[in-house]
Amino acid sequence: MTAPAPFTPVLAGAGSPSAPAPVSPKNVPNRGGAANPSADALREKFGAAVHRVDVVWGETTIIVDQARFLEVVRWLRDDPAQRYDLLADVTAVEFRDAGRPLEVVWHIRSLPHRRFLRLKVLIEKGQPLSVPSVWEMYKGADWLERECFDMFGIKFEGHPDLRRILMWEQYREGFPLRKDFPLRGRFSRSEQLRQALAANPEARYSMEELSIAQAYEDLPDEMRRRLSTGEKTGE
Amino acid sequence: MGLSPRPDLRQVVQSSDEPWMTTRLDFLVNWSRANSLWPMPFGTACCAIEFMATAASKYDLARFGMERMSFSPRQADVLICAGRVPFKLAPVLRRIWQQMPQPKWAISMGACASTGGMFDNYAVVQGIDTIIPVDVYVPGCPPRPEGLIYGIMLLQKKVMGERAKDTSLRKEMEPDPESQLYIPAPVIDELSEPFGNSVHQTRSGL
Repeated sequence: MTAPAPFTPVLAGAGSPSAPAPVSPKNVPNRGGAANPSADALREKFGAAVHRVDVVWGETTIIVDQARFLEVVRWLRDDPAQRYDLLADVTAVEFRDAGRPLEVVWHIRSLPHRRFLRLKVLIEKGQPLSVPSVWEMYKGADWLERECFDMFGIKFEGHPDLRRILMWEQYREGFPLRKDFPLRGRFSRSEQLRQALAANPEARYSMEELSIAQAYEDLPDEMRRRLSTGEKTGE
Repeated sequence: MGLSPRPDLRQVVQSSDEPWMTTRLDFLVNWSRANSLWPMPFGTACCAIEFMATAASKYDLARFGMERMSFSPRQADVLICAGRVPFKLAPVLRRIWQQMPQPKWAISMGACASTGGMFDNYAVVQGIDTIIPVDVYVPGCPPRPEGLIYGIMLLQKKVMGERAKDTSLRKEMEPDPESQLYIPAPVIDELSEPFGNSVHQTRSGL
């Protein structure tokens, strides 16, 4: 087994050590105000791929072209002046106005530069609900994108294991957070209960589910010895 | 300190007519069962916090012989479902109930466990009595510890009233279409309709 890569901690603010210590912002306007400096840098670098920049309550939202989204995120993560190294959330918003596009939202944070950025991709009504997955860059996107797929039915192209996470895998009623989904589901209560009770609660939560099987080689010696002598999880 | 003196053992042993009593076996068995109900806590939400408060020193569930939480269903007597149960948890709850040995009872604690409560939506079971039989329903959102203790005392009263001769109490059944327990699916749907029309609001007009 090769030695694991040494872990280098990222200290908040390490990217710009001369910057003054952060303070809680006061009197933040609802709209407008100083945008995140990454917005200008993005405009300069990607031009027309940056559709719009909004500053709401001091937070910057950038609406990005879907075709170049992956390129934008990769640059934001790898450029030494940006270093957005933390993916905080992946979610989506559907509006009740029938004509308004569905928004897929990524929250990324730059720990070294103490910056927060909200990226959005708009999907027009009638277009296929499909956006590129950022799993290649942020491994933490795995479950976030699964949840977003589970609730909205958005396909994240390139995700290694895109399946339901909150609802059970045999769930057939659709995607609960979509606007066309009735509050109480599509099936009758008795049918919902029958399907739920037919599920086997022990079919999941196995070695496979926890991905221990893949991580086996990376585990500490002591834990590998313990696992190989027969302690199993589930099933 | 006002403690009563210990009885003189020699006197008790030496007495020729030892005290004895007769009682019904039912009474003796029920009395011992009712005062040593081991709960299986199935806490899923805020009701579980009130349940913990009930078990803690101020309300002191130990007074009812329930201080020993049985985290294994194999040793539990009463299942206390505290909190909402999503459909994903429904087979788990039923499995736990099936794992509990007879005699067993169930308390449905709070509005969500009893009826689904405010969660009349796609994800939440509308009352755990659609999954397992329930003996006592405790209303409240969440119920205060006094409420839960009142429910427990009602259950004790119910246990005290049981007859060993009545084997139907211990019989476990899946609802048989011939039996009175069976409710046809459309009736269950009708029963699960909400009061009023507040949940029929569809803001999107869809």
